[in-house]
Amino acid sequence: MKPAISVLLLTTLIGAGQGLFLAYYSAEWLVLLNILPLTQSDYGGEAAGLSFLLLAAGLLASFFHLGHPERAWRAAAMWRSSWLSREVIALPAAMALILAYALTKLTENDPLVFSLGSRIPLSVSMLAGFGAVLAVCALFVCTAMIYACLRFLRQWHSPLTVLNFILMGCASGFTLATVLAAFTEDTSLGYFSGMAIFLTIAALLSRYASLSRNRRLRSPSSLQSAIGVHHPSIRQLAQGAMGGSFNTRAFIHNYGTALLRLVRRGFILLAFVAPVVLLLVASPATPSLLVIAFALQYIGLLAERWYFFIEAEHPQNIYYQMIS
Amino acid sequence: MTQLALVIDLNTCVGCHACVTSCKEWNTSGEAGPMVDRNPYGAEPTGTFFNRVQSFEVGEFPHTQTVHFPKSCLHCEDPPCVPVCPTGASYKRPEDGIVLVDYDKCIGCEYCSWACPYGAREIDEQQKVMKKCTLCVDRIYDESLPEQERKPVCVLSCPTSARIYGDIHDPESEASRAINEAGGYQLMPEWSTSPANHYLPRRRVKIAIHEEDLQRADNPLRKEDRGPRAPTTRTTLDDSTSW
Repeated sequence: MKPAISVLLLTTLIGAGQGLFLAYYSAEWLVLLNILPLTQSDYGGEAAGLSFLLLAAGLLASFFHLGHPERAWRAAAMWRSSWLSREVIALPAAMALILAYALTKLTENDPLVFSLGSRIPLSVSMLAGFGAVLAVCALFVCTAMIYACLRFLRQWHSPLTVLNFILMGCASGFTLATVLAAFTEDTSLGYFSGMAIFLTIAALLSRYASLSRNRRLRSPSSLQSAIGVHHPSIRQLAQGAMGGSFNTRAFIHNYGTALLRLVRRGFILLAFVAPVVLLLVASPATPSLLVIAFALQYIGLLAERWYFFIEAEHPQNIYYQMIS
Repeated sequence: MTQLALVIDLNTCVGCHACVTSCKEWNTSGEAGPMVDRNPYGAEPTGTFFNRVQSFEVGEFPHTQTVHFPKSCLHCEDPPCVPVCPTGASYKRPEDGIVLVDYDKCIGCEYCSWACPYGAREIDEQQKVMKKCTLCVDRIYDESLPEQERKPVCVLSCPTSARIYGDIHDPESEASRAINEAGGYQLMPEWSTSPANHYLPRRRVKIAIHEEDLQRADNPLRKEDRGPRAPTTRTTLDDSTSW
């Protein structure tokens, strides 16, 4: 498959945004439960605002993928059958709930709704945040299932795809939360940083598992089954178009194996190894290292998503032997 | 339930592209609007087609055969492209099984083309909507046409009658009989999409020709093999009558 730049931006931006929200909302709960020390500076509202902006940027990027963006509203119609349609519902829902959480925090207009026991007060923002967590989880699953549900694209058709999207989104979000915590002198920095390291390593293991799975995959389709001529020696003479077609342009890339190897090694280094090293060596006194860690991880994840598309071999390419 | 489909005989297809050009002509001038043609008279023309003919060489020289392979939407009975469509623009008609795209609803996200293992869908790069074979749905029900012309235009234009059109759920239809009698098969059966269009395989055509078949034993033109003549000494009917 040829990578679609808008889709690369969409999936990486909303992944980071979702992870960032989960980082700050989970920290708020851990403070409430006295697991984390009470932070002097509560920037949960600002962080949720940034998360909203990342999701909005992803949504904006996705419009560039559409031939008719003005009809995008129609895409919510087929939620019963289409994961894309479900994502189209989950993304604005998550955005709305995160925005509600951010606004109630930022305006400090956050009335108490009820209390769980005597110690845990549940305000409007906490309830909106809980709804946002559900929406964010649904969004992770919907986004990944868009790819994982396509059974012909066997490199994508695996639970590992869903796991990868969740782990990579959360990893980049927690790295971004570490950056924010370092600049705001938040006491949750240790929690964010530790989780970012854990999630990045988990994402690396899960991505490595999918890379080795994909290396072993053999397509059940062949030129013989594609045209129904069962002879071991078939050579294509004409592919039905002189100047190529949508089929040759959308699904077949002609990047060399050297470049692909470079990108594969590059994204493992940038998205996983470098951020873990930087997160380990950085201290609250050196926030610039954390900025670099997030920047490298984001670039690495863009390269990872690019490679994710390149990896997927569409069975229709069999019909274009002269190119593929 | 009706499932209209094409049955394409690879044994008789000569790869003339008459189906390709007539398909383009009918559908580009139809009510669904033009199908893009980029650089049509240049060295690298490209555009949207519902139907294309590919050619393959099977075997090792000198024992080769050329197989021409017309390729279009197969109107799968379980179409994987339909459930993934987020807008419902792609749909399968329950009444005749034709898979269609509503160009007014399509947002051009290309997701259906990812989901089709055959690469039967092509985006129109001008109109930015997904297009595919309609089985000439604007032709086969047109009562202003004579009944024998209410067929997909590729079927009508095929000079070797390699394309058969009919309801494959009706065991008595010409299409069903062709599938049953000539061993019709589906493409990429391993994906269990159950394509409605079938292909008839190449058949080894062999006729036993004996020497006697080439030269008629009783050929009247061959002098030496003429039968016995009537004796010339006897009076014939011609001799005794005069008119």
